[in-house]
Amino acid sequence: MSEERSGANILVESLVRQGVEFVFGYPGGAVLPIYDALFGDERLRHILVRHEAGAGHAAEGYARSTGKPGVVLVTSGPGATNVVTAIADAFLDSIPLIVISGQVPTGLIGSDAFQEADTVGISRHCTKHNYLVKDPADLAAVVDEAFQIATTGRPGPVLIDIPKDVQIASAAWSDAPIQRRQRYAPRTAGSAQEIAQAVEMIAAAKAPVFYTGGGVINAGPRASELLRALQAKTGAPVTSTLMGLGAFPADHADWLGMLGMHGTYEANLAMNQSDLIICVGARFDDRVTGRLDAFAPNSKKIHIDIDRSSINKIVRVDLPIVGDCASVLDQILTEWGSRKGQDLTAWKARVDTWREKKSLSFPANADAIMPQLAIQRLYELTKDRDPVISTEVGQHQMWAAQHFPFFSPNKWLTSGGLGTMGYGLPAAIGAQCGNPDSLVIDIAGDASIQMNIQELGTATQYRLPVKVFILNNEWMGMVRQWQELTYESRFSNSYSDSLPDFVKLAEAYGWKGIRIEDESQLDAGIQAMIDHPGPVIVDCLVHKESNCFPMIPSGASHVDMILYGDNVAGTMDDEAKALV
Amino acid sequence: MMHMHPEAEERHVLTVTVDNEAGILAKIAGLFTARGYNIDSLTVADITDNHEVSRITIVTHGPPSQIDQIHAQLERLVPVHKVVDLTELGPHVARELALVKVAGVGEKRVEALRIADVFRARPVDTTTESFIFEMTGAPDKIDSFVALMRDLGLVEVGRTGIVAMARGPEEA
Ligand SMILES: Cc1ncc(C[n+]2csc(CCOP(=O)(O)OP(=O)(O)O)c2C)c(N)n1
Ligand SMILES: [Mg+2]
Repeated sequence: MSEERSGANILVESLVRQGVEFVFGYPGGAVLPIYDALFGDERLRHILVRHEAGAGHAAEGYARSTGKPGVVLVTSGPGATNVVTAIADAFLDSIPLIVISGQVPTGLIGSDAFQEADTVGISRHCTKHNYLVKDPADLAAVVDEAFQIATTGRPGPVLIDIPKDVQIASAAWSDAPIQRRQRYAPRTAGSAQEIAQAVEMIAAAKAPVFYTGGGVINAGPRASELLRALQAKTGAPVTSTLMGLGAFPADHADWLGMLGMHGTYEANLAMNQSDLIICVGARFDDRVTGRLDAFAPNSKKIHIDIDRSSINKIVRVDLPIVGDCASVLDQILTEWGSRKGQDLTAWKARVDTWREKKSLSFPANADAIMPQLAIQRLYELTKDRDPVISTEVGQHQMWAAQHFPFFSPNKWLTSGGLGTMGYGLPAAIGAQCGNPDSLVIDIAGDASIQMNIQELGTATQYRLPVKVFILNNEWMGMVRQWQELTYESRFSNSYSDSLPDFVKLAEAYGWKGIRIEDESQLDAGIQAMIDHPGPVIVDCLVHKESNCFPMIPSGASHVDMILYGDNVAGTMDDEAKALV
Repeated sequence: MMHMHPEAEERHVLTVTVDNEAGILAKIAGLFTARGYNIDSLTVADITDNHEVSRITIVTHGPPSQIDQIHAQLERLVPVHKVVDLTELGPHVARELALVKVAGVGEKRVEALRIADVFRARPVDTTTESFIFEMTGAPDKIDSFVALMRDLGLVEVGRTGIVAMARGPEEA
């Protein structure tokens, strides 16, 4: 059946057709027709945020924790520019988002009209694709293709800019399925020859290691299962990037922990000393490789990635396989059959000697709560609830990655590629929307939490019982740490001065506020947080000057990690300083 | 003190077949600036009856690993159908069109006309004291022609940038 409908109506119908449950948004002049079309529509739940950045990150948190695309709706001009950071964040971490922005009417585009911004131009290089829709008759097909592009291949954000007149004008709407343009068809499986070669390389390796990343999470829960199955057949130890935590269970005997700048000694040494790296859905990021010319010098490398441009971008590999992690792992498992790999006893014995360094250990402190201890207690007291954890950015994020173990995918939401402070609270809100019965906790820093603190109101309005656990060290701790290690402790502008009283702030927004000042209050405070049925901020005062170790300083290789107790010069040469 | 370390570079000619949609040129040109790649020349025109598909020819230079990245990054764009690295592929024809205005009288004018003939450049505009020559050819041939005209009253040069195609019967 075909009938005439307004562009705004077609948009709403198209979103419903895609199975969208939540729209995270904020109204304004250029999207009033869409908001009117949403009015009273029970099929879509609109979550009114307090700032458009919050909408973007909430949609990201929803997407990561559910595996479904997140949908954002913002007005033209400042509405659109406010969401750019979240779009860039989703782009770097490959998170499927559909961002719908209003635009000034087509006749006014280019005239510097009120609230006009070149949204398509501004977002061009941080979206996977974007559209300016000039005819309501194109809308249904554009929305359909946008969802396909956002969710298949390497996922990412797609923006649809809709001028106000296009929202009002009408066009034919039909329930019939859309004839899709077949222009986007990413390669998803490896060739038989590639798979055979991969199996041969894995079977021949005497010191193999799986290096896994966010691609395993993005490929869906089955990819994590297949990774576990292949690991069981081969016996190779497994490490993961920050983005991939949860794909492999953290209590497994062959789990090495996270690798990279703040990874474990055993993970980084295993990479360095391996004879084969099987990279599954990771991208040899600079936070992972350390000094490139010293990165895994004697290893052969297999790289499985859905995005051909990730392959050979940073590190040259011996066997690239372009494909979806789940499909390719499945192919490798089938090809592996009942084969036997090499005896890895000697290799694992070497790994065990590196484990003995206990690189995550930290000194006890009688006077202050060690932040690592706070994370460990948070884990112990919440583990039976299988919580979803988001984070902000800084030391607390790295400590969470190091000390909070994960056992399944989609439980760990953190801004990896862009490192966006202010991510965690809105991401937790989005995750709570998608997982209403889960315990969702934002592990936060005192500085980061202030970057999207306005979203406390969103949680209050929708009765979302998210928890914010602030590791309050009164510093931008990660900045302070770099200044201590590279600029001889000249702490330029990194002190968190004039912090608000987080307990009173919580109460002002209708949240519960809890302060933990002493280790003796730690467990009770965490328990009170869990037991409270509504949203809670815990202001956990921790040791102020703790550094996050282990650490590979910039410009150093995996074998030159700094551990607790090492003497650190407190300065670096300019070559090292120039690295990010 | 810190020093920069440049790598050895190669010149490559790429052809990119794209959907002829708004913003596609900005997208491709912007990809080059955003990622720090070089554009030596870029030409674009639609090549189908219905104006839906354009062919872009890009000449770039950079270290081999960067050329490979450029190829992969271009392929990643949704409106891009196909990317062919003609330099990698093998022998190809690369041509450019130039308009060259030369003003002069007497001996110099005669000499300009004589050299133009050798280069098969055609006068497409003539006054008693000037010519505009139209010339197509490989870019280095145009370079030589322009260099020779410099002493003979060169006024201005306009060039289209390169279009290129692989030799032989197949589509690249
Ligand atoms: C939007 C943004 N601005 C600046 C930075 C740089 N930065 C990284 S960590 C950090 C300090 C974070 O402090 P806090 O939230 O207190 O966390 P801590 O390191 O103390 O745990 C800063 C400023 C960033 N990552 N994001
Ligand atoms: Mg802090």
